Amino acid sequence: MRGLKQVLPPLAMAALLVAVWWAVVVQSGTVIFPTPLQVVTATLDLAQQGTLWTHIGSSLFRVGAGFLLAIVVAVPMGLWMGWIGGAFTTLNPLVQMLRPISPIAWIPLAILWFGVGDVSPIFLIFLASVFPMIVQTVAGVHTIERQYLLAAENFGVSRRKLFLQVVIPAVLPQIIVGMRVSLGVAWLVVVAAEMIALRSGLGYLIIDSRNAGNRYDLVVAAMVVIGITGLFLDGIMRRLERLKAVRWRYAR
Amino acid sequence: MPAKIAINDISKSFVTDKGPLQVIAGIDFAVADGEFVAIVGPSGCGKTTLLNIIAGFERPDHGRVIVDGAVRDGPSPKGIVISQKGSVFPWLTVQQNLMFGLNGHHPDKRALADHYAALVGLRGFETGYPYELSGGMLKRVELARALVVKPEILYMDEPLSALDALTSLQMRVELLRILSEERHTCVLITHDVEEAIQMADRIIVLSVRPATIQATFEVPFPRPRNLSSSDVVKLKALILREFGL
Repeated sequence: MRGLKQVLPPLAMAALLVAVWWAVVVQSGTVIFPTPLQVVTATLDLAQQGTLWTHIGSSLFRVGAGFLLAIVVAVPMGLWMGWIGGAFTTLNPLVQMLRPISPIAWIPLAILWFGVGDVSPIFLIFLASVFPMIVQTVAGVHTIERQYLLAAENFGVSRRKLFLQVVIPAVLPQIIVGMRVSLGVAWLVVVAAEMIALRSGLGYLIIDSRNAGNRYDLVVAAMVVIGITGLFLDGIMRRLERLKAVRWRYAR
Repeated sequence: MPAKIAINDISKSFVTDKGPLQVIAGIDFAVADGEFVAIVGPSGCGKTTLLNIIAGFERPDHGRVIVDGAVRDGPSPKGIVISQKGSVFPWLTVQQNLMFGLNGHHPDKRALADHYAALVGLRGFETGYPYELSGGMLKRVELARALVVKPEILYMDEPLSALDALTSLQMRVELLRILSEERHTCVLITHDVEEAIQMADRIIVLSVRPATIQATFEVPFPRPRNLSSSDVVKLKALILREFGL
């Protein structure tokens, strides 16, 4: 019963939106903007041809690659910047300066450096997701409660143990928050990143459908698929927050 | 008998926005091996700073602390601090917390951890996480984690004052029982005179800031101590008089 209470209101909201959309399309007599039914038909067509899965797969691959690369760079760098004062003083201004530059602004440089293909979108997604993760990780290190570090000092543990059993687990909840924010941003820029992709990806599908004969049913279909996939990705990240070793932080 | 801990004429000031603030102004005492000394004083008088200096986490401006004949120059696993706030790692299970302090080679860390878990009454909670435990249980974890490394000295900074009154009373008795199993030298900081009388061999009363030793009381009563006995009540009145009460 409680599950139903959770699911019913958002479903009702979605149904209402679809109804309004449908009514407005019918009322205005537009021929170019699709009805919900046309969008569903277009989506099913794409799914049957198999191209929908190729597009989703390509986008997920690029987001996954860029995102994983960002984790590999951001987590060690954030830990280092958070722990070593000198590293923070030196690198933080640079991070804060690069952070507000939209990944879209990097498109010309990405084409120049990596050409048109998979590498450019991966690079752009990496740029979009690396900075929020660095910032969260640094903040995590800076907010480790002092009594834990003092206890570790009291027991005279090695540097290795201090890092593996105190610093990293203490920061892990913040790292996961950073990952969740970053994955959201990464998925957000996938459309822009795939403007320079070759023949695949949900972003490419949107641009291509618009260019190839104003197929707005496909444009909206791709948008809906992007939204639903984003919801799934966020769901996966939320599962990470339920791990026993990090729940202490969110439980309060 | 040579002193386990000798505190020689310690002074400490802090720099604040309004200029230097002297917190400790010349404190001098010794703790014998195996002795339980309680330090009581009004809040904000510098008790915690004094303990941090004795435990090696802060340096005095003047004077020195000598432990086992050597000048203290930093914290050491030979003396473990148990604080009011507690420092049980919330990301480790009870058992992992207990094994945390065991450095180097131990034949069986787990058996040692389990032994102390049982001693403090944590049997059955080994695989649980700290956020699943009550405040009293968390204190037991912290105490067991300290005992596992077999420290010679326990520094306790208001260890029970974050607990509710009833749990605090229960934990006092528990603490005495657990400490009677193994011999430790104990330094307890508290603002609770009754707690000090129930647990300590000697009570040092500090003055208001900057702290000096205002009075020292021996507590010669055998344990377990009856808090309503006339001797205890008399001693309590004497100590409270030092605070103008």
